[in-house]
Amino acid sequence: MTQPQTELMTSSTGTETMIVAENVEKWYDNNFHVLRGVSMTVAKGEVVVVMGPSGSGKSTFIRTFNALESYQKGSITVDGIKISHDLKNIDTIRREVGMVFQQFNLFPHLTVLQNVTLSPIWVRRWPKAKAEEVAMQLLERVGILSQAQKFPGQLSGGQQQRVAIARALAMQPKIMLFDEPTSALDPEMVREVLDVMRTLADSGMTMVCVTHEVGFAREVADRVVLMADGLLVEEGTPDEFFGNPKEDRTKKFLSQILH
Amino acid sequence: MTTAPPSLSSTRPPAAQVGAIAWLRKNLFSNWFSALLTVVLGLLLVRTSLGFLTWATTTAQWAVIPANLPLFFVGRYPVAQYWRIWAIVGILATLSGLSWGILSRNLAKLFDRNILIGFGVAAAIAVLIPAPIPYRILLLALLGLVLASAWIGRLVGQRMPQLGQWLSLGWGLSLLVVWWLIAGGIGLPGVRTNDWGGLMLTMFMSVTSILLCFPLGILLALGRQSKLPVLRWIAIAFIEVIRGVPLITLLFVGAYMVPLFLPGGIRLNQLLLAIISLTLFSAAYLAENVRGGLQSVPRGQAEAANALGLNSVLATILIVLPQALKVSIPTIVGQFISLVQDTTLVGLLGAFEMLGISRSILANPSFIGRYAEVYLFIGAIYWVLCYAMSLGSRRLEKQLNTTH
Repeated sequence: MTQPQTELMTSSTGTETMIVAENVEKWYDNNFHVLRGVSMTVAKGEVVVVMGPSGSGKSTFIRTFNALESYQKGSITVDGIKISHDLKNIDTIRREVGMVFQQFNLFPHLTVLQNVTLSPIWVRRWPKAKAEEVAMQLLERVGILSQAQKFPGQLSGGQQQRVAIARALAMQPKIMLFDEPTSALDPEMVREVLDVMRTLADSGMTMVCVTHEVGFAREVADRVVLMADGLLVEEGTPDEFFGNPKEDRTKKFLSQILH
Repeated sequence: MTTAPPSLSSTRPPAAQVGAIAWLRKNLFSNWFSALLTVVLGLLLVRTSLGFLTWATTTAQWAVIPANLPLFFVGRYPVAQYWRIWAIVGILATLSGLSWGILSRNLAKLFDRNILIGFGVAAAIAVLIPAPIPYRILLLALLGLVLASAWIGRLVGQRMPQLGQWLSLGWGLSLLVVWWLIAGGIGLPGVRTNDWGGLMLTMFMSVTSILLCFPLGILLALGRQSKLPVLRWIAIAFIEVIRGVPLITLLFVGAYMVPLFLPGGIRLNQLLLAIISLTLFSAAYLAENVRGGLQSVPRGQAEAANALGLNSVLATILIVLPQALKVSIPTIVGQFISLVQDTTLVGLLGAFEMLGISRSILANPSFIGRYAEVYLFIGAIYWVLCYAMSLGSRRLEKQLNTTH
């Protein structure tokens, strides 16, 4: 945490816990047991990278943190609030948790600026001028300021994903979830998105990232987690995880991705 | 073997064969079969057109049209109150001009070549039609009104861009005024709906039904997708029942059966019943068009909105619905066009809208047998109405396109 912290970012103490997931179990409608008792704790300011083969339940798991996915057993507490089926409670949590998706999911009928100001205006009830001022600061930080009046369809994938990050940050969340943010990008655009994420991590944001970017995990993560078949297989610091994995499943996974 | 790379300096695609001869060869005479088809169909087309032109210029007796012009346009609306209809046309012309000017305030030129040609043609028609001179002058004045208000709208719009937001309010208010002018009351002598007729009644039924069926159709589409079973079942039942019944049946039920079911003493206006039937019918079809649009919006859109803290109502109104409607514009406008044409069925039930008034004109002994002239004339009017709608829809699609 060497970078100066901006007022938009939560400061980090490193001790307080932001997310506590205990024995989370989930079945899909077709009775597929996608999460089979996953537990994880994320401290304030911590950057956790979740890795795993496709179908391991890693995306589903982090999507339970902002109630985009429901779960049937166990418990999840985010920023001191237990996630229940109560709609009010879900809205409160979603205000504090930002999310960035693999497919960007920008709103194509709104300009970049409108994408970023939409939620502050409608959910936080900020006056338009304030929302736009904050949005412009964020767009400048992610390097999209000059494109503010364009529509998402006019931007490259990397630019769109950076707008998506700015859009999530505009709600001033305490936690950011990244669901494979670079998987849908052309290779030459991965870097610009990872750079933004790195800066965000340096500023002290609590982050949970599902990603296959080993370089990012090594450099930025405080902790790397492997999920497979709906279970949390192994977790450790990047050095332990990549340098000295304990579980066979982890070794097999790493041998497949580190050709 | 190496081939020279294509020159990088050439910035245009290679010139294709151009010119009329090349086009003819490619499209009409590419092989012996298509050449034969071209010749046969061409002869047929020429013979038919010649036949039509000969009929139109020699046999046809067009006098029936100018003799009944007021009937075609306003039916049996009292002559002393015609000024009210002209006032409505004037209001609509002004508002259209203003909207056009304000909405295209950022274009380099307000009147491009096509538009000028269009106005020229309209002016020529206004001058040449066999109507009394004052009417022709009024028509020319209306054209001038459109142009002038477009010019003013553009000037004002450039100074005050926020004016655009007030346009829809202006249109909404104008509808109330139009309604008041047609029906009367509050300071104006009332005109019974039985005396409304012609193009005016056709437009009145169309516009009212369109305005009512649009929100109803959206609500039905959303209801059909609702997670609440009762709401969903009601929407599905409504849509499927209405879509399973021909419109003419629905109109008959509205006109003859609903009054029987109503408690004694309550008599509903026939026009109102017809508009309700048209509205319900179109809403059911519209709901299915909108549902198609809703399904085309990726799930990630609603998820992203939810993740930003928007509740499901806001996510639907702000994110999903605008995209769904945009996708469904062509089918929605198609439904509106059908609705305009379906108003003729109300004529079969006895209303004097354009078809009904035509039938009554044809029943007049002095115009007996003038079917072709009359139906061609109202056909042309329906065509202008519907083609204008389809042009508008294409324009709207273009304007809402945000991909490049």
